Amino acid sequence: MGLISRPARSAESADVSAGQESWLTTRLDLLVNWGRANSLWPMPFGTACCAIEFMATAASRFDLARFGMERLASSPRQADVLICAGRVPLKLAPVLRRIYQQMPQPKWVISMGACASSGGMFDNYAVVQGIDTIIPVDVYVPGCPPRPEALMYGILMLQRKVMNERMADASLRHEIVPDPSSQLYIPPSAIDELSEPFGNSVHQTRSGL
Amino acid sequence: MSTSTYFAGSAAPGETPRTPRGVPHRGGEPNPSAGALQARFPGAVQRVDVVWGETTVVVDAAQVLDVVRWLHDDPQQRYELLADVTAVEFRDPEQPLEVVWHLRSLAYRRFLRLKGLLTKGAPLRVPSVWPIYKSADWLERECYDMFGITFDGHPDLRRILMWEGYREGHPLRKDFPLRGRFSRSEQLRQTLAANPEARYSMEELTIAEAFTELPLEVRKRLAGGERTGE
Repeated sequence: MGLISRPARSAESADVSAGQESWLTTRLDLLVNWGRANSLWPMPFGTACCAIEFMATAASRFDLARFGMERLASSPRQADVLICAGRVPLKLAPVLRRIYQQMPQPKWVISMGACASSGGMFDNYAVVQGIDTIIPVDVYVPGCPPRPEALMYGILMLQRKVMNERMADASLRHEIVPDPSSQLYIPPSAIDELSEPFGNSVHQTRSGL
Repeated sequence: MSTSTYFAGSAAPGETPRTPRGVPHRGGEPNPSAGALQARFPGAVQRVDVVWGETTVVVDAAQVLDVVRWLHDDPQQRYELLADVTAVEFRDPEQPLEVVWHLRSLAYRRFLRLKGLLTKGAPLRVPSVWPIYKSADWLERECYDMFGITFDGHPDLRRILMWEGYREGHPLRKDFPLRGRFSRSEQLRQTLAANPEARYSMEELTIAEAFTELPLEVRKRLAGGERTGE
């Protein structure tokens, strides 16, 4: 179950004959997506009982590490996939959106459970009716809460989606640009100042791909 | 109170607490503090109820601070723990709104429920018990947030569950619609316009003070412009 969608024979060709330098050709999209899909770092955003199931998924019995996801990034700046597990109150909505904005590209979102996907049974004044009203969502996992198998199925679906992405498609990496006139806006200089003493990974550079 | 009698949630000093059996729904022996309150504040105590062995004293809401102070300070009462401050609103518009204080005397193993009645239509104001119990701070803020009851004398009465600048009112009131007063899109627009850190200044947010507490070696590396990370 480790790797998903092993590259097709036609997509690669290798010469590994003895005594010679090895070489390999493949599509760059395929190689990059293969790497991305199998080393997703999840950012757990757990607010309710779904987070308990998520913890079970990450623990030894279900073992999220099989999919290259054992490294939970509690800092959004080091995360690839935001797993929103549980209901999101309206008070938390600006926080969730800011966390999503803090994640570097490429990034994906899994909405785990009925409450995150639609508000669930909490059709009241305090709860967001689906996090897709705040941030874009790639995969919805139904269930109340979903069993770990369901979450892993959603993760496999996300990996399949990642495998089918094209780097040339700029619309995939569309970013919500912070609006300087909004109350939410923090200038980059202030973010630098806040993160200075502990060297937040905001200063890290990615490959730029 | 003789040493052989007991009631729910209490026991005489030195007596082993026992599980109450056959407690009647209404009636039964009230908490001795109720009688003491009636003797001490004859004007303030309006009614004493015993329900499932627990004593409820309805007091004049305006005098609750004096009553609670006496219950806390009197050596025969010693109610040292304020367990809860909340409120109850009834569907009947004639029925007054009740503010409820749950007090517990650890020394005498007594539980006492105080209620103050607030007439609807008039401004909902009661004295804050914060000068006596510091734990009332957040409890009264929650009560204010959910019911709109003003606690006079509270040091920092503002919303605690809903966010700052929530404009739809007080959600646990009976006239509050389940889904709120505004449309979903308006609710979302307002909450996304809210600043999560509105209560904090940039000075409070910055962790520059923590720099001096870092180990010398780390400070040197950071001062040299090095970025940590993976």
